[in-house]
Amino acid sequence: MTDVGLFIPCYVDQCYPEVGLATVKLLERLDCPVDFPEAQTCCGQPMGNAGNAEAARPLAERYLSIFERYRYVVCPSGSCTAMVRHHYRDLLPPSPLLEAVTAKTYELCEFVVDVLGVARIAGAYPHRVGLHQSCHALRELRLGSASELVVPHLDKVRGLLSSLEGIRFAELQRKDECCGFGGVFSVGEEAVSCAMGKDRLADHLLGGADVITGVDMSCLMHLQGLASRAKTPVRFAHVAEILAGAAA
Amino acid sequence: MTPHAQRAAAYVADTARMHWHDKALWHVRQKRDAAVASVPEWEALRTQAAALKAHTLSRLAEYLEEFERNATKLGVVVHWAVDAEEHNAVVLGILKERGLVRLVKSKSMLTEECHLNGFLEKHGVDVIDTDLGERIVQLAQETPSHIVLPAIHKKKEEIGELFHEHLHTESGASDPKYLTEAARGHLRERFLAADVGLTGVNFAIAETGGFVVCTNEGNADLGASLPRVHIAAMGVEKLIPRAEDLAVFVRLLARSATGQPVTSYTSHFHGPRPGGELHLVIVDNGRSALLASATHRRALACIRCGACMNTCPVFRRSGGHSYGATVPGPIGSVLAPSGDGRRYAGLPFASSLCGSCTDVCPVKIDLHHQLLLWRQELGAEGLTPLGKRLAARVGSFVLQRPRLYRLVGWLARAAMRLLPRALLYLPLNAWGRQRELPPAPARSFRAQFRKALK
Repeated sequence: MTDVGLFIPCYVDQCYPEVGLATVKLLERLDCPVDFPEAQTCCGQPMGNAGNAEAARPLAERYLSIFERYRYVVCPSGSCTAMVRHHYRDLLPPSPLLEAVTAKTYELCEFVVDVLGVARIAGAYPHRVGLHQSCHALRELRLGSASELVVPHLDKVRGLLSSLEGIRFAELQRKDECCGFGGVFSVGEEAVSCAMGKDRLADHLLGGADVITGVDMSCLMHLQGLASRAKTPVRFAHVAEILAGAAA
Repeated sequence: MTPHAQRAAAYVADTARMHWHDKALWHVRQKRDAAVASVPEWEALRTQAAALKAHTLSRLAEYLEEFERNATKLGVVVHWAVDAEEHNAVVLGILKERGLVRLVKSKSMLTEECHLNGFLEKHGVDVIDTDLGERIVQLAQETPSHIVLPAIHKKKEEIGELFHEHLHTESGASDPKYLTEAARGHLRERFLAADVGLTGVNFAIAETGGFVVCTNEGNADLGASLPRVHIAAMGVEKLIPRAEDLAVFVRLLARSATGQPVTSYTSHFHGPRPGGELHLVIVDNGRSALLASATHRRALACIRCGACMNTCPVFRRSGGHSYGATVPGPIGSVLAPSGDGRRYAGLPFASSLCGSCTDVCPVKIDLHHQLLLWRQELGAEGLTPLGKRLAARVGSFVLQRPRLYRLVGWLARAAMRLLPRALLYLPLNAWGRQRELPPAPARSFRAQFRKALK
């Protein structure tokens, strides 16, 4: 039993177990063992975004009761973390439990930088990386400064990646445009979703990316789906995989 | 598919045009970024503007009455209109009483919302839109596709053809300067012949009774100054308390809209010109209903800069007409369902919820959050598709039961590994039309984590 609970998004649990394992490995390397309560399933965002608050609400309640006992909750997804932190209050009445659990839920990089106080990860990653700024991590969690705002420059994720030896970055024409995933949007507005994804992919390739990374596997799943259909030779890796792998 | 998704798919199918439209608007967004970067106190200005609007909306009735008193003192005739029909009737009444039949109009999204042009034309009034973009869409018998750049969907070659047909410019001419010059000559004649001018209103000031119109072409000024009668139309939300508040909004408006420090013309009207008449029509048309909604009243803070459209990755790739509403884009998708939830139930879903609109908005409307809340409200009212509602309920049922979730997950992954490709990628799999499905590993994270612990 540790005081850090790990929340693994449902689609990561099912489709990208290696991202969950990399998250565990990275945190263990930073002397932060985690506990994975098996009652967890999903934060409820897919139902909430589909317009069904009734269906999302019990999942929000379950999340609160499952993670109540931890000091921190860490999740390798900006979007699911943003759901908990910003949108549970649309679903549930105000309560001390809601306040407490939403305030202690962190996205992985945010947790590493802000709570563990780690600015540098030892290791090497000699590749040119395209860092995809996922929208909810950027504009809801503020892991970096969004291009629309007149605020001091900030980029917690790139900061961590930059500490790896040999890493280079693909510089993008549009540094934080949406990839077009958007959950239900990806199928409900399939044409625009894919057009956005292809444009984002093209921007990363123009910047010379060998590997495209980000804090949200959902954005990467969409981009990877487009890239592999088009047989585009570019690799995808969640930030946790790069950080955990490089430190090995 | 929602009507927006259908129209958007058709727009995206013309890839070259879609990219052209995307780049044209992204260019405006970049100009906006450069302009706001030169204002170090930009975020403070946004905060102040949001506070001013929230305050004004919290006592809108009082400010409207104060404004009416002061405007009347200045010699403005104030009319009230509860809806579009009444607005149109008021305008027609003013024209009929005076026998006015040639109206020049500068840009007003409110009159678009009220469908004034068609109404007046039916009653024998000659209506000429004098904003260049609006004139283009009027000649093409279309509606504006963007609130600030009404003809942004048209290429210069298409405008050349349109002008050749209507204004007798040279065939094949598409030089913007030449075409603009032709429009200028054509419009000047109309201005001189007009007997009434109609303008919109950007800001109405309660303490002075004056109002402000911002344009880049000077067409509002010609329309308000040449004919004897000037009619201005405004929604109730255009009000600000004090003249000094303009200092906040004028700095935000043009930078957000086009990246200019200020519009070419910022005209202040304080009563009719000597010998003339000035009428002001103040319109509700659903705005009180929005004001009554604790969730959505913030949308009334909108100053119609269009920045949310320029930044929206969906708008840029689907075109303004895909929204099927007078005001398109993120703000339009927030406003429209308030008027007709059934008709516009698909618009809050025409967004990836990326939040760029929220961060670009000069008055800090939480646009993407508003869209999410609309989805849930429309869902609760049963206005979202049945399939979507059922899928969410089934999903929720499974996800509330960890063992069932594990079983369903295992079965789904097994199916993805074992089923033939043709079956997995049936046409009803919208994900798979252009994208590969995600991997389906034999063991989930939780199975591997549990094993590692043992």
